[in-house]
Amino acid sequence: MSLSRRLFLGLTSVVLGASVTACSGGDQATGCADCDAEVTVGILHSLSGTMAISESTLVDTEKMAIDEINAAGGIEVGGKSYEIKYIVEDGASDWPTFAEKSKKLIDQDKVPVVFGGWTSASRKAMLPVYESKDAFLYYPIQYEAQECSNNIFYTGATPNQQSEPATEFMFKRSPAAGKPFFLVGSDYVFPRTSNTITKEQVKALGGTVVGEDYLPLGNTEVAPIISKIKKALPSGGVIINTLNGDQNVAFFKQIQDAGITPSKGYFVMSYSIAEEEISTIGPEFLAGHYGAWNYMMSINTRASKKFARDFKNKYGNDRVVADPQESAYNMVYLWKAAVEKAGTFEDNAVREALVGIKFEAPQGPVEVMPNHHLSQTVRIGEITSNGQFKIVESTDGPVLPQAWNQFEPSSKGYACDWTDSRKGEKYRL
Amino acid sequence: MELILECLFNGVAIGSVLLVAALGLAIVFGLMGVINLAHGELMMLGAYSTYVTQLIFKLPALKPFYNAYVIVALVVAFIVSAVVGILLERSVIRRLYGSPLETLLATWGVSLILQQFVRSVPLAYGAGLVLSLLVGFISPFLLPQKLLEGSRGRLVRAASWAFSALVGVLGAGGLGSLVSRLGRASARNVDVTAPSWMRGGIDLWGVTFPIPRLVIIVITFIAVLGITWFLNRSVWGMRIRAVTQNRSMSDCLGISTERVDVLTFGIGSGLAGVAGVAVSLLGSVGPNVGASYIVGCFMVVVLGGVGNLLGTVLASFSIGIMTDLIGAGRLLSIWPDMPTPLASAVDFFATTSMARVLVFALIVVFLQFRPAGLFPQKGRMVEA
Repeated sequence: MSLSRRLFLGLTSVVLGASVTACSGGDQATGCADCDAEVTVGILHSLSGTMAISESTLVDTEKMAIDEINAAGGIEVGGKSYEIKYIVEDGASDWPTFAEKSKKLIDQDKVPVVFGGWTSASRKAMLPVYESKDAFLYYPIQYEAQECSNNIFYTGATPNQQSEPATEFMFKRSPAAGKPFFLVGSDYVFPRTSNTITKEQVKALGGTVVGEDYLPLGNTEVAPIISKIKKALPSGGVIINTLNGDQNVAFFKQIQDAGITPSKGYFVMSYSIAEEEISTIGPEFLAGHYGAWNYMMSINTRASKKFARDFKNKYGNDRVVADPQESAYNMVYLWKAAVEKAGTFEDNAVREALVGIKFEAPQGPVEVMPNHHLSQTVRIGEITSNGQFKIVESTDGPVLPQAWNQFEPSSKGYACDWTDSRKGEKYRL
Repeated sequence: MELILECLFNGVAIGSVLLVAALGLAIVFGLMGVINLAHGELMMLGAYSTYVTQLIFKLPALKPFYNAYVIVALVVAFIVSAVVGILLERSVIRRLYGSPLETLLATWGVSLILQQFVRSVPLAYGAGLVLSLLVGFISPFLLPQKLLEGSRGRLVRAASWAFSALVGVLGAGGLGSLVSRLGRASARNVDVTAPSWMRGGIDLWGVTFPIPRLVIIVITFIAVLGITWFLNRSVWGMRIRAVTQNRSMSDCLGISTERVDVLTFGIGSGLAGVAGVAVSLLGSVGPNVGASYIVGCFMVVVLGGVGNLLGTVLASFSIGIMTDLIGAGRLLSIWPDMPTPLASAVDFFATTSMARVLVFALIVVFLQFRPAGLFPQKGRMVEA
């Protein structure tokens, strides 16, 4: 018997053994017993590839929201109650696939709404599809704005609901107040746009940006950036971090070894690090640095605690909830409210009904604005050694979203309003 | 002085990561001529082995030795990657010797399979699989030769594989129940935390030397020394070189070329595993960790001259120093009053992305003049 045959035998027996033990669990959707009819919605996130790590948490949360709605009696439309069913499609971390699957969901499955996307690149790829078919996409991630589509509904933060209050906090009230800024990001659209805004804002505040650097996606060699930071900020300062995914791990591990730590006067403010990322990177590397979000797991309200507890009960005690998930959770409920208000699943009626809808979200009250974004509360948190945020500052109430940035010269003085046919996507204030 | 020291250290630090990653490839690609695109994934397996070892050392029984887990991880990672590499050689690459294009496609496929494997299969099962392969590979050498001969041989071999499969399943089950985190599949990136003695930095002459970087430099140094000794002084090393230089002549002289192939590929893959340990100390461990190093590895081997270890060493250090020199804008600090147009050009390239572009461009230009790299292989070429 040749070696390979023997190998094959060995392999199959192990795989068999493994698959027998692996067979357990699986999703159990709680149905709606008294519902009269069904409605099927689309969920479109990456379940494979680089983004799967982040996006699968959104699928989990959206399923949870749908199950909750079903358990509470489904959606009431025209005297009938509808149970929500969903079709999950995999965008595979590949932007054209997102567009393709969107077409499939709209044309073939005829879903009234799609919840989906994470990266700006995936949204930009899907946008033409939804606009040409006049369908509706709900997009849950904080992003760089400078976009306002009639066919997309954005439940994540715009820069003025995340990075701008964060920059102001770092410059005025953080332990490094008044010190110079250094900007670090991954080399793609979100960090570059976000940093353009930050540079304009720091200038307007009277501070200085002494350097910026971008790491090519997939590269984790941060040694040259570290030497530049040490040269540019010899006595401490603020580092604004828009690195992506696992590049953060390399960055935080290595700056700590190089002596760039809060105790030496260096404070990092990150825009892409939430509870989920803290547990991946390790709180021991992050303690003392800052983050800014609308929702933080440590928010001490009943709604927030219930959200975290329900998620843990459903998916396991070691799981955490974070801002993008809260955003995904909200959008399912907002869609439900809009459909019930409109009394139909028809796109245009739902779109009109959506504006002005209020919802008691885990973060507090949110409201849909005429520019298809949400008003949200902004919170600044210091990362603690147990992997949570200690909220050091939060806005008094929800902040209104600005789809067009007011620090960026090309969009200054513009706004978006879809409730008024004369205003639309971009009009001068 | 500080500047030169810092630049030199950074260059050596970046270079040694490249070198340790490329060392295995220098053997597999350089000596055997096999384009192994799954090399990065063998590194990834090494990185995951570090993670698994770390979790095992967190168990109460082994907790006192936690500080030493990195050293154990080096051995574990070498064995894991070598076993998977040997499996890869026996099952796929052996059939494709002499057809580089097919090898390239097949190994790329293998790299995708390995990436998806760590995403969708619990690490405990992966560990069990490697364990049973290891036992299966070793058992024919441990059993008395008599048993393996004749008609009984088949049965004995089948029994030994059944035994190793059992060991694997038990190992997987045991690991999964001891460390619950290994019993579940997860596509999430995981984190290898260096023991406390390996964190922080040493301040000397106004420069901070991060300890993980120093550790990587030491690992690289030992790996290079070890492999040089092995290739030049040991019997099997000489056989490997003999087969590299002339396969049919070595075959005629009684060297089992097939065994040499397995050994060479195993060592090359094992070194990829060692590189995985090094890389896990710097960043996070995820399915894509290898993919980000593979292009750099090939660049180093080609620049150094295929089949030449010294070339690989020099190539990785020069790429490291150049990356630091350009990426951190050192030229401006060395020569602060350079003419403005030149200064703005230097400043333009002084970002990590642009430095990478420029370094690659320089390598391409260099290869125009010296297509065979820094140290071209003289005499008979490695057969393709």
